Amino acid sequence: MVTVEDTRVIYVKNVNFYYGGFRALTDITMDFEQNRVTALIGPSGCGKSTLLRLLNRMNDLIDGTRVEGEVIFEGNNIYDAKVDPVDIRRRIGMVFQKPNPFPKSIYNNITYGPRLAGLNNRIDLEALVERSLRQAVLWDEVKDILNQSAMMLSGGQQQRLCIARALAMKPDVLLMDEPTSALDPISTAKIEELIQDLKKLYTIIIVTHNMQQAARISDMTGFFYIGKLIEFNATEKIFTKPDHKQTEDYITGRFG
Amino acid sequence: MTRKFKEVMIRRIFFLFACVSILILGLIVTFLFREGIPIFRAVSIKDFLFGSEWYPTFDPPAFGIWPLIVGSFIVTFLSTLIAVPLGVLSAVYISEIAPRSIKEILKPVIELLAGLPSVVLGFFGMVVLAPWLQDTFDLPTGLNIVNASLMLALMAVPTISSISEDALYNVPREFKEASYALGATKSETILKVIIPSALSGISTAVILGMARAIGETMVVLMVAGGAAAIPESLFDSVRPMPASIAAEMGEAPFRSEHYHALFATGIVLFLLTLAFNLIADYISNKFKEVGSGTL
Repeated sequence: MVTVEDTRVIYVKNVNFYYGGFRALTDITMDFEQNRVTALIGPSGCGKSTLLRLLNRMNDLIDGTRVEGEVIFEGNNIYDAKVDPVDIRRRIGMVFQKPNPFPKSIYNNITYGPRLAGLNNRIDLEALVERSLRQAVLWDEVKDILNQSAMMLSGGQQQRLCIARALAMKPDVLLMDEPTSALDPISTAKIEELIQDLKKLYTIIIVTHNMQQAARISDMTGFFYIGKLIEFNATEKIFTKPDHKQTEDYITGRFG
Repeated sequence: MTRKFKEVMIRRIFFLFACVSILILGLIVTFLFREGIPIFRAVSIKDFLFGSEWYPTFDPPAFGIWPLIVGSFIVTFLSTLIAVPLGVLSAVYISEIAPRSIKEILKPVIELLAGLPSVVLGFFGMVVLAPWLQDTFDLPTGLNIVNASLMLALMAVPTISSISEDALYNVPREFKEASYALGATKSETILKVIIPSALSGISTAVILGMARAIGETMVVLMVAGGAAAIPESLFDSVRPMPASIAAEMGEAPFRSEHYHALFATGIVLFLLTLAFNLIADYISNKFKEVGSGTL
Protein backbone atom coordinates (compact mmCIF):
# COMPACT_ATOMS: atom_id res chain seq x y z
CA MET A 1 0.00 0.00 0.00
CA VAL A 2 1.28 3.41 -0.86
CA THR A 3 0.70 6.16 1.63
CA VAL A 4 0.27 9.55 0.07
CA GLU A 5 1.95 12.17 2.18
CA ASP A 6 -0.44 14.88 3.17
CA THR A 7 1.05 18.08 1.80
CA ARG A 8 -1.87 20.18 2.94
CA VAL A 9 -0.72 22.53 5.68
CA ILE A 10 -4.12 23.97 6.19
CA TYR A 11 -7.46 23.17 4.65
CA VAL A 12 -11.00 24.40 4.85
CA LYS A 13 -13.94 22.00 4.83
CA ASN A 14 -17.53 23.01 4.15
CA VAL A 15 -17.18 26.40 5.76
CA ASN A 16 -20.04 28.85 6.05
CA PHE A 17 -19.43 32.22 7.63
CA TYR A 18 -21.92 34.74 8.89
CA TYR A 19 -21.74 38.41 9.88
CA GLY A 20 -24.84 38.52 12.03
CA GLY A 21 -27.58 37.31 9.69
CA PHE A 22 -25.57 37.89 6.54
CA ARG A 23 -23.91 34.85 5.01
CA ALA A 24 -20.53 36.00 3.70
CA LEU A 25 -19.15 32.60 2.73
CA THR A 26 -21.06 29.60 1.45
CA ASP A 27 -19.80 26.06 1.65
CA ILE A 28 -16.11 26.68 0.99
CA THR A 29 -13.78 23.70 0.70
CA MET A 30 -10.18 24.41 -0.18
CA ASP A 31 -6.73 22.92 0.38
CA PHE A 32 -3.60 24.97 0.83
CA GLU A 33 -0.44 23.06 0.13
CA GLN A 34 2.98 23.44 1.60
CA ASN A 35 5.44 25.85 -0.01
CA ARG A 36 2.89 27.03 -2.49
CA VAL A 37 1.53 30.48 -3.13
CA THR A 38 -2.23 30.41 -3.36
CA ALA A 39 -3.97 33.52 -4.64
CA LEU A 40 -7.55 34.38 -3.80
CA ILE A 41 -9.16 36.63 -6.38
CA GLY A 42 -12.61 38.00 -7.04
CA PRO A 43 -14.56 41.25 -7.07
CA SER A 44 -14.94 43.39 -3.91
CA GLY A 45 -17.20 41.86 -1.31
CA CYS A 46 -16.82 38.34 -2.68
CA GLY A 47 -15.56 36.99 0.63
CA LYS A 48 -11.91 36.40 -0.22
CA SER A 49 -10.60 38.58 2.62
CA THR A 50 -13.13 37.05 4.97
CA LEU A 51 -11.80 33.61 4.15
CA LEU A 52 -8.23 34.78 4.69
CA ARG A 53 -9.08 36.23 8.10
CA LEU A 54 -10.88 33.03 8.96
CA LEU A 55 -7.63 31.11 8.69
CA ASN A 56 -5.99 32.80 11.70
CA ARG A 57 -9.19 33.57 13.58
CA MET A 58 -8.93 37.32 13.03
CA ASN A 59 -12.67 37.38 12.43
CA ASP A 60 -13.11 36.52 16.11
CA LEU A 61 -12.39 40.18 16.81
CA ILE A 62 -15.57 41.25 15.09
CA ASP A 63 -18.73 40.98 17.16
CA GLY A 64 -21.58 38.85 15.95
CA THR A 65 -19.73 36.56 13.58
CA ARG A 66 -20.29 32.83 13.32
CA VAL A 67 -18.42 30.00 11.63
CA GLU A 68 -19.77 26.64 10.50
CA GLY A 69 -17.59 23.86 9.18
CA GLU A 70 -13.94 23.15 9.84
CA VAL A 71 -10.60 24.79 9.28
CA ILE A 72 -7.97 22.11 9.76
CA PHE A 73 -4.43 23.20 10.57
CA GLU A 74 -1.93 20.40 11.23
CA GLY A 75 -4.72 17.94 11.80
CA ASN A 76 -6.74 20.00 14.27
CA ASN A 77 -9.79 22.15 13.76
CA ILE A 78 -8.71 25.67 14.75
CA TYR A 79 -12.31 26.50 15.66
CA ASP A 80 -12.40 23.75 18.24
CA ALA A 81 -13.49 25.08 21.62
CA LYS A 82 -10.23 24.11 23.31
CA VAL A 83 -8.02 25.90 20.79
CA ASP A 84 -6.65 29.26 21.91
CA PRO A 85 -6.69 31.74 18.99
CA VAL A 86 -3.49 33.27 20.37
CA ASP A 87 -1.62 30.03 19.63
CA ILE A 88 -3.05 29.89 16.14
CA ARG A 89 -2.04 33.47 15.38
CA ARG A 90 1.51 32.78 16.51
CA ARG A 91 1.77 29.98 13.96
CA ILE A 92 -0.10 31.67 11.13
CA GLY A 93 1.25 35.13 10.38
CA MET A 94 -0.59 37.93 8.66
CA VAL A 95 0.31 40.96 6.56
CA PHE A 96 -2.35 43.59 6.04
CA GLN A 97 -3.53 45.74 3.19
CA LYS A 98 -2.22 48.99 4.62
CA PRO A 99 1.28 48.87 6.08
CA ASN A 100 0.67 48.98 9.81
CA PRO A 101 3.92 49.15 11.73
CA PHE A 102 3.57 50.08 15.39
CA PRO A 103 4.66 53.61 16.33
CA LYS A 104 7.76 52.08 17.88
CA SER A 105 11.33 51.64 16.71
CA ILE A 106 12.11 49.25 13.87
CA TYR A 107 13.80 46.92 16.32
CA ASN A 108 10.83 46.92 18.69
CA ASN A 109 8.43 46.27 15.85
CA ILE A 110 10.23 43.05 14.99
CA THR A 111 10.70 41.89 18.57
CA TYR A 112 7.14 42.66 19.66
CA GLY A 113 5.71 39.22 18.88
CA PRO A 114 8.71 37.09 19.89
CA ARG A 115 8.97 38.91 23.23
CA LEU A 116 5.33 38.22 24.00
CA ALA A 117 5.99 34.60 23.11
CA GLY A 118 8.66 34.55 25.82
CA LEU A 119 11.91 35.19 23.94
CA ASN A 120 13.92 37.59 26.08
CA ASN A 121 17.56 36.85 25.45
CA ARG A 122 19.09 39.92 23.83
CA ILE A 123 21.51 38.05 21.63
CA ASP A 124 18.77 35.78 20.29
CA LEU A 125 16.52 38.76 19.69
CA GLU A 126 19.21 40.62 17.78
CA ALA A 127 19.89 37.58 15.63
CA LEU A 128 16.19 37.20 15.01
CA VAL A 129 15.85 40.85 13.98
CA GLU A 130 18.66 40.50 11.49
CA ARG A 131 17.36 37.21 10.11
CA SER A 132 13.81 38.50 9.71
CA LEU A 133 14.88 41.74 8.09
CA ARG A 134 17.19 39.87 5.72
CA GLN A 135 14.36 37.53 4.76
CA ALA A 136 12.22 40.55 4.03
CA VAL A 137 15.08 42.14 2.05
CA LEU A 138 15.07 45.20 4.25
CA TRP A 139 18.22 44.65 6.30
CA ASP A 140 20.61 46.66 4.14
CA GLU A 141 18.28 49.64 4.14
CA VAL A 142 17.65 49.77 7.88
CA LYS A 143 20.56 48.07 9.64
CA ASP A 144 21.94 51.41 10.83
CA ILE A 145 18.64 52.90 11.96
CA LEU A 146 17.11 50.05 13.94
CA ASN A 147 16.35 52.36 16.83
CA GLN A 148 14.49 54.93 14.79
CA SER A 149 10.74 55.04 14.46
CA ALA A 150 9.23 52.70 11.91
CA MET A 151 6.92 55.56 10.98
CA MET A 152 9.84 57.24 9.21
CA LEU A 153 10.15 54.51 6.59
CA SER A 154 8.53 54.75 3.16
CA GLY A 155 5.30 52.84 2.51
CA GLY A 156 7.11 50.04 0.70
CA GLN A 157 9.69 49.75 3.45
CA GLN A 158 6.95 49.76 6.08
CA GLN A 159 5.21 46.90 4.34
CA ARG A 160 8.44 44.89 4.16
CA LEU A 161 8.91 45.66 7.85
CA CYS A 162 5.45 44.23 8.49
CA ILE A 163 6.42 41.11 6.57
CA ALA A 164 9.63 40.87 8.59
CA ARG A 165 7.60 41.32 11.77
CA ALA A 166 5.33 38.44 10.77
CA LEU A 167 8.34 36.28 9.81
CA ALA A 168 9.97 36.90 13.17
CA MET A 169 7.32 34.64 14.68
CA LYS A 170 8.60 31.82 12.43
CA PRO A 171 5.10 31.02 11.27
CA ASP A 172 4.14 28.03 9.17
CA VAL A 173 1.71 29.94 7.04
CA LEU A 174 1.78 33.54 5.91
CA LEU A 175 -1.51 35.23 5.08
CA MET A 176 -1.34 38.37 2.98
CA ASP A 177 -4.35 40.60 2.51
CA GLU A 178 -3.73 42.69 -0.60
CA PRO A 179 -0.22 43.52 0.61
CA THR A 180 0.69 45.74 -2.32
CA SER A 181 -2.55 47.62 -2.92
CA ALA A 182 -1.28 50.72 -1.09
CA LEU A 183 2.17 50.68 -2.70
CA ASP A 184 3.85 52.12 -5.78
CA PRO A 185 4.91 49.83 -8.67
CA ILE A 186 8.56 49.61 -7.60
CA SER A 187 7.71 48.62 -4.04
CA THR A 188 5.14 46.21 -5.42
CA ALA A 189 7.76 44.53 -7.60
CA LYS A 190 10.04 44.17 -4.59
CA ILE A 191 7.32 42.54 -2.53
CA GLU A 192 6.35 40.20 -5.35
CA GLU A 193 9.97 39.13 -5.69
CA LEU A 194 10.10 38.63 -1.96
CA ILE A 195 7.03 36.39 -2.05
CA GLN A 196 8.78 34.17 -4.59
CA ASP A 197 11.71 33.76 -2.21
CA LEU A 198 9.55 33.22 0.84
CA LYS A 199 7.55 30.36 -0.63
CA LYS A 200 10.63 28.16 -0.30
CA LEU A 201 10.17 28.38 3.46
CA TYR A 202 6.53 29.21 4.01
CA THR A 203 3.08 28.44 2.75
CA ILE A 204 1.62 31.68 1.45
CA ILE A 205 -1.98 32.61 0.88
CA ILE A 206 -2.53 35.99 -0.72
CA VAL A 207 -5.64 37.99 -1.46
CA THR A 208 -5.21 40.30 -4.40
CA HIS A 209 -7.25 42.59 -6.58
CA ASN A 210 -4.54 42.65 -9.16
CA MET A 211 -5.02 39.81 -11.63
CA GLN A 212 -1.58 40.20 -13.19
CA GLN A 213 -0.14 39.88 -9.74
CA ALA A 214 -2.00 36.63 -9.11
CA ALA A 215 -0.82 35.33 -12.48
CA ARG A 216 2.79 36.33 -11.78
CA ILE A 217 3.30 35.04 -8.29
CA SER A 218 0.86 32.26 -7.47
CA ASP A 219 0.85 28.54 -8.09
CA MET A 220 -2.83 28.04 -7.32
CA THR A 221 -5.68 30.48 -7.73
CA GLY A 222 -9.14 30.48 -6.26
CA PHE A 223 -11.84 32.65 -7.81
CA PHE A 224 -14.60 33.84 -5.49
CA TYR A 225 -17.90 35.38 -6.36
CA ILE A 226 -20.61 36.42 -3.87
CA GLY A 227 -19.32 34.23 -1.08
CA LYS A 228 -18.79 31.15 -3.20
CA LEU A 229 -15.63 29.52 -4.46
CA ILE A 230 -16.39 29.34 -8.17
CA GLU A 231 -13.18 27.79 -9.33
CA PHE A 232 -9.98 26.61 -7.70
CA ASN A 233 -7.23 25.47 -9.99
CA ALA A 234 -3.61 25.81 -10.99
CA THR A 235 -2.94 29.46 -11.78
CA GLU A 236 -1.85 28.69 -15.29
CA LYS A 237 -5.10 26.92 -16.04
CA ILE A 238 -7.24 29.64 -14.47
CA PHE A 239 -5.59 32.30 -16.58
CA THR A 240 -5.51 30.40 -19.85
CA LYS A 241 -8.39 27.94 -19.94
CA PRO A 242 -10.70 28.33 -16.94
CA ASP A 243 -13.44 25.75 -16.50
CA HIS A 244 -16.15 28.26 -15.64
CA LYS A 245 -17.49 31.03 -17.77
CA GLN A 246 -17.75 33.37 -14.78
CA THR A 247 -14.04 32.98 -14.06
CA GLU A 248 -13.20 33.76 -17.64
CA ASP A 249 -15.46 36.81 -17.65
CA TYR A 250 -13.81 38.16 -14.52
CA ILE A 251 -10.28 37.51 -15.66
CA THR A 252 -10.80 39.05 -19.04
CA GLY A 253 -12.26 42.10 -17.36
CA ARG A 254 -15.85 41.71 -18.44
CA PHE A 255 -16.98 42.42 -14.87
CA GLY A 256 -15.56 43.07 -11.43
CA MET B 1 -29.29 91.20 -2.99
CA THR B 2 -26.84 89.30 -5.13
CA ARG B 3 -25.64 85.90 -4.09
CA LYS B 4 -22.08 87.11 -3.85
CA PHE B 5 -23.00 90.00 -1.58
CA LYS B 6 -24.84 87.58 0.71
CA GLU B 7 -21.79 85.35 0.94
CA VAL B 8 -19.59 88.28 1.87
CA MET B 9 -22.07 89.48 4.48
CA ILE B 10 -22.35 86.07 6.06
CA ARG B 11 -18.61 85.70 6.19
CA ARG B 12 -18.29 89.11 7.88
CA ILE B 13 -20.95 88.34 10.44
CA PHE B 14 -19.22 85.14 11.46
CA PHE B 15 -15.91 86.97 11.63
CA LEU B 16 -17.47 89.61 13.86
CA PHE B 17 -18.80 87.05 16.30
CA ALA B 18 -15.46 85.30 16.39
CA CYS B 19 -13.85 88.64 17.18
CA VAL B 20 -16.28 89.39 19.98
CA SER B 21 -15.19 86.44 22.08
CA ILE B 22 -11.52 87.20 21.56
CA LEU B 23 -12.11 90.86 22.35
CA ILE B 24 -13.93 90.04 25.56
CA LEU B 25 -11.18 87.69 26.64
CA GLY B 26 -8.66 90.42 25.89
CA LEU B 27 -10.63 92.94 27.94
CA ILE B 28 -10.86 90.58 30.90
CA VAL B 29 -7.13 89.96 30.85
CA THR B 30 -6.40 93.68 30.55
CA PHE B 31 -8.71 94.40 33.45
CA LEU B 32 -7.11 91.65 35.53
CA PHE B 33 -3.67 93.09 34.99
CA ARG B 34 -4.77 96.70 35.48
CA GLU B 35 -6.32 95.89 38.84
CA GLY B 36 -3.59 93.51 39.95
CA ILE B 37 -0.37 95.27 39.07
CA PRO B 38 -0.72 98.24 41.50
CA ILE B 39 -0.03 95.94 44.46
CA PHE B 40 3.57 95.74 43.31
CA ARG B 41 3.98 99.36 44.37
CA ALA B 42 3.51 98.15 47.95
CA VAL B 43 5.38 94.81 47.79
CA SER B 44 7.98 93.45 45.41
CA ILE B 45 7.05 90.59 43.07
CA LYS B 46 9.39 88.31 44.97
CA ASP B 47 7.91 89.15 48.36
CA PHE B 48 4.43 88.79 46.95
CA LEU B 49 5.06 85.36 45.43
CA PHE B 50 7.34 83.90 48.06
CA GLY B 51 6.37 85.78 51.21
CA SER B 52 5.06 83.26 53.68
CA GLU B 53 2.63 85.52 55.51
CA TRP B 54 -0.77 86.41 54.20
CA TYR B 55 -2.31 88.95 56.63
CA PRO B 56 -4.05 91.36 54.28
CA THR B 57 -6.19 93.01 56.95
CA PHE B 58 -3.54 93.49 59.62
CA ASP B 59 -1.76 96.73 60.30
CA PRO B 60 0.72 96.72 58.68
CA PRO B 61 -0.65 94.13 56.23
CA ALA B 62 1.42 91.24 54.84
CA PHE B 63 0.81 90.20 51.26
CA GLY B 64 2.78 86.98 50.77
CA ILE B 65 0.80 84.43 48.77
CA TRP B 66 3.29 81.56 49.10
CA PRO B 67 0.97 79.64 51.49
CA LEU B 68 -1.86 80.04 48.99
CA ILE B 69 0.32 78.82 46.11
CA VAL B 70 1.46 75.86 48.18
CA GLY B 71 -2.16 75.15 49.08
CA SER B 72 -3.22 75.23 45.45
CA PHE B 73 -0.40 73.02 44.31
CA ILE B 74 -0.77 70.44 47.04
CA VAL B 75 -4.49 69.89 46.52
CA THR B 76 -3.96 69.86 42.75
CA PHE B 77 -1.12 67.39 42.98
CA LEU B 78 -2.92 65.07 45.37
CA SER B 79 -6.16 65.18 43.43
CA THR B 80 -4.25 64.39 40.23
CA LEU B 81 -2.66 61.44 41.98
CA ILE B 82 -6.12 60.15 42.79
CA ALA B 83 -7.86 61.15 39.56
CA VAL B 84 -5.33 59.89 37.02
CA PRO B 85 -5.60 56.18 37.76
CA LEU B 86 -9.38 56.46 38.13
CA GLY B 87 -9.83 58.47 34.94
CA VAL B 88 -7.37 56.63 32.73
CA LEU B 89 -8.35 53.15 33.84
CA SER B 90 -12.04 53.86 33.46
CA ALA B 91 -11.32 55.22 29.98
CA VAL B 92 -9.45 52.03 29.09
CA TYR B 93 -12.30 49.96 30.43
CA ILE B 94 -14.93 51.92 28.54
CA SER B 95 -13.10 52.08 25.25
CA GLU B 96 -11.50 48.65 25.10
CA ILE B 97 -13.01 46.17 27.51
CA ALA B 98 -16.60 46.92 28.46
CA PRO B 99 -19.36 45.14 26.59
CA ARG B 100 -21.60 47.54 24.74
CA SER B 101 -24.42 47.44 27.30
CA ILE B 102 -22.16 48.45 30.21
CA LYS B 103 -20.39 51.04 28.08
CA GLU B 104 -23.71 52.68 27.27
CA ILE B 105 -24.46 53.16 30.96
CA LEU B 106 -20.99 53.97 32.23
CA LYS B 107 -20.06 56.62 29.70
CA PRO B 108 -23.02 58.96 30.29
CA VAL B 109 -22.72 58.47 34.06
CA ILE B 110 -19.12 59.67 34.03
CA GLU B 111 -20.06 62.56 31.79
CA LEU B 112 -22.89 63.41 34.16
CA LEU B 113 -20.34 63.68 36.95
CA ALA B 114 -18.78 66.51 34.94
CA GLY B 115 -22.10 68.31 35.00
CA LEU B 116 -22.46 68.06 38.76
CA PRO B 117 -22.44 71.61 40.19
CA SER B 118 -19.27 72.05 42.21
CA VAL B 119 -21.25 73.49 45.10
CA VAL B 120 -23.05 70.17 45.41
CA LEU B 121 -19.73 68.36 45.61
CA GLY B 122 -18.75 70.95 48.21
CA PHE B 123 -21.83 70.09 50.25
CA PHE B 124 -20.97 66.44 50.07
CA GLY B 125 -17.43 67.14 51.22
CA MET B 126 -18.64 69.32 54.08
CA VAL B 127 -21.52 67.28 55.38
CA VAL B 128 -20.50 63.69 54.64
CA LEU B 129 -16.77 63.43 54.16
CA ALA B 130 -15.60 66.03 56.70
CA PRO B 131 -17.30 64.54 59.79
CA TRP B 132 -16.22 61.08 58.74
CA LEU B 133 -12.58 62.17 58.36
CA GLN B 134 -12.73 64.01 61.65
CA ASP B 135 -14.07 61.01 63.58
CA THR B 136 -12.02 58.35 61.87
CA PHE B 137 -8.66 60.06 62.15
CA ASP B 138 -9.46 62.01 65.27
CA LEU B 139 -8.72 65.39 63.72
CA PRO B 140 -9.52 68.92 64.86
CA THR B 141 -11.29 69.46 61.52
CA GLY B 142 -12.35 67.36 58.54
CA LEU B 143 -12.04 70.36 56.23
CA ASN B 144 -8.49 69.80 55.05
CA ILE B 145 -6.15 68.87 52.20
CA VAL B 146 -7.33 65.27 51.97
CA ASN B 147 -10.97 66.25 51.79
CA ALA B 148 -10.36 68.94 49.16
CA SER B 149 -8.15 66.62 47.10
CA LEU B 150 -10.77 63.89 47.06
CA MET B 151 -13.49 66.29 45.96
CA LEU B 152 -11.27 67.87 43.30
CA ALA B 153 -10.32 64.41 42.07
CA LEU B 154 -14.02 63.69 41.58
CA MET B 155 -14.24 66.83 39.47
CA ALA B 156 -11.15 65.98 37.40
CA VAL B 157 -12.09 62.35 36.72
CA PRO B 158 -14.69 63.09 34.02
CA THR B 159 -12.32 65.44 32.19
CA ILE B 160 -9.48 62.94 32.27
CA SER B 161 -11.71 60.00 31.47
CA SER B 162 -13.52 61.44 28.49
CA ILE B 163 -10.46 62.98 26.82
CA SER B 164 -8.44 59.80 27.41
CA GLU B 165 -11.26 57.75 25.99
CA ASP B 166 -11.25 59.83 22.81
CA ALA B 167 -7.51 59.30 22.52
CA LEU B 168 -7.85 55.55 23.00
CA TYR B 169 -10.73 55.36 20.57
CA ASN B 170 -8.63 57.12 17.93
CA VAL B 171 -5.84 54.56 18.07
CA PRO B 172 -5.94 53.10 14.55
CA ARG B 173 -7.64 49.75 14.27
CA GLU B 174 -4.64 48.62 12.22
CA PHE B 175 -2.38 48.74 15.26
CA LYS B 176 -4.71 46.52 17.24
CA GLU B 177 -5.06 44.05 14.38
CA ALA B 178 -1.30 43.93 13.90
CA SER B 179 -0.89 43.16 17.58
CA TYR B 180 -3.50 40.41 17.65
CA ALA B 181 -2.11 38.91 14.45
CA LEU B 182 1.26 38.54 16.18
CA GLY B 183 -0.31 36.44 18.90
CA ALA B 184 -0.86 39.12 21.53
CA THR B 185 -3.69 38.72 23.99
CA LYS B 186 -6.17 41.48 24.63
CA SER B 187 -4.40 42.72 27.75
CA GLU B 188 -1.02 42.67 26.05
CA THR B 189 -2.46 44.65 23.17
CA ILE B 190 -3.97 47.22 25.52
CA LEU B 191 -0.81 47.65 27.60
CA LYS B 192 1.80 47.52 24.88
CA VAL B 193 0.13 49.02 21.85
CA ILE B 194 -3.07 50.89 22.59
CA ILE B 195 -2.05 52.86 25.68
CA PRO B 196 1.40 53.82 24.33
CA SER B 197 -0.20 54.97 21.07
CA ALA B 198 -2.72 57.09 22.96
CA LEU B 199 -0.16 58.49 25.37
CA SER B 200 -0.11 62.02 23.99
CA GLY B 201 -3.88 62.26 24.26
CA ILE B 202 -3.81 60.79 27.74
CA SER B 203 -1.15 63.28 28.85
CA THR B 204 -3.25 66.10 27.47
CA ALA B 205 -6.21 64.76 29.42
CA VAL B 206 -4.20 64.65 32.63
CA ILE B 207 -2.94 68.21 32.25
CA LEU B 208 -6.39 69.55 31.43
CA GLY B 209 -7.70 67.68 34.47
CA MET B 210 -5.03 69.40 36.57
CA ALA B 211 -5.96 72.77 35.10
CA ARG B 212 -9.54 72.06 36.07
CA ALA B 213 -8.48 71.24 39.62
CA ILE B 214 -6.20 74.22 40.15
CA GLY B 215 -8.79 76.71 38.92
CA GLU B 216 -11.70 75.20 40.81
CA THR B 217 -13.06 77.59 43.43
CA MET B 218 -16.22 76.49 45.12
CA VAL B 219 -15.04 73.09 46.29
CA VAL B 220 -11.83 74.38 47.83
CA LEU B 221 -13.65 77.31 49.36
CA MET B 222 -16.02 74.92 51.08
CA VAL B 223 -13.84 72.01 52.10
CA ALA B 224 -10.16 73.02 52.19
CA GLY B 225 -10.53 74.65 55.59
CA GLY B 226 -9.23 78.09 54.67
CA ALA B 227 -6.05 78.35 56.74
CA ALA B 228 -3.58 80.63 54.99
CA ALA B 229 -0.54 78.86 56.35
CA ILE B 230 1.95 76.43 54.88
CA PRO B 231 0.58 72.99 55.81
CA GLU B 232 2.63 70.55 57.86
CA SER B 233 0.55 67.45 57.28
CA LEU B 234 -2.02 66.19 54.81
CA PHE B 235 -4.70 66.71 57.43
CA ASP B 236 -3.97 70.42 57.81
CA SER B 237 -6.30 73.01 56.37
CA VAL B 238 -5.15 75.10 53.44
CA ARG B 239 -6.38 78.12 51.53
CA PRO B 240 -5.81 77.64 47.79
CA MET B 241 -5.67 80.79 45.63
CA PRO B 242 -9.20 80.65 44.21
CA ALA B 243 -10.70 80.13 47.67
CA SER B 244 -8.79 83.09 48.98
CA ILE B 245 -10.02 85.34 46.19
CA ALA B 246 -13.63 84.24 46.55
CA ALA B 247 -13.67 84.52 50.32
CA GLU B 248 -11.96 87.87 50.65
CA MET B 249 -13.12 89.83 47.64
CA GLY B 250 -16.38 90.78 49.34
CA GLU B 251 -14.68 92.40 52.29
CA ALA B 252 -11.78 94.05 50.49
CA PRO B 253 -12.41 97.78 50.02
CA PHE B 254 -12.49 98.89 46.39
CA ARG B 255 -9.00 99.66 45.05
CA SER B 256 -7.36 99.06 48.41
CA GLU B 257 -4.08 97.19 48.61
CA HIS B 258 -5.96 94.08 49.66
CA TYR B 259 -8.16 94.39 46.57
CA HIS B 260 -5.13 94.75 44.29
CA ALA B 261 -3.41 91.83 46.01
CA LEU B 262 -6.40 89.59 45.28
CA PHE B 263 -6.33 90.59 41.63
CA ALA B 264 -2.62 89.87 41.52
CA THR B 265 -3.40 86.42 42.93
CA GLY B 266 -5.84 86.09 40.06
CA ILE B 267 -3.01 86.91 37.63
CA VAL B 268 -0.89 84.14 39.11
CA LEU B 269 -3.76 81.71 38.79
CA PHE B 270 -4.45 82.82 35.23
CA LEU B 271 -0.81 82.35 34.23
CA LEU B 272 -0.77 78.90 35.82
CA THR B 273 -3.85 77.65 34.00
CA LEU B 274 -2.54 79.24 30.80
CA ALA B 275 0.70 77.32 31.25
CA PHE B 276 -1.19 74.08 31.82
CA ASN B 277 -3.18 74.60 28.66
CA LEU B 278 -0.12 75.49 26.61
CA ILE B 279 1.66 72.37 27.84
CA ALA B 280 -1.37 70.25 26.95
CA ASP B 281 -1.49 71.84 23.51
CA TYR B 282 2.22 71.33 22.98
CA ILE B 283 2.10 67.67 23.92
CA SER B 284 -0.86 66.88 21.71
CA ASN B 285 0.72 68.66 18.73
CA LYS B 286 4.19 67.37 19.19
CA PHE B 287 3.18 63.75 18.93
CA LYS B 288 0.77 64.36 16.09
CA GLU B 289 3.46 65.56 13.70
CA VAL B 290 5.51 62.41 13.68
CA GLY B 291 2.58 60.03 13.61
CA SER B 292 2.42 59.19 17.29
CA GLY B 293 6.20 59.28 17.70
CA THR B 294 8.55 56.58 18.85
CA LEU B 295 7.70 54.97 22.11
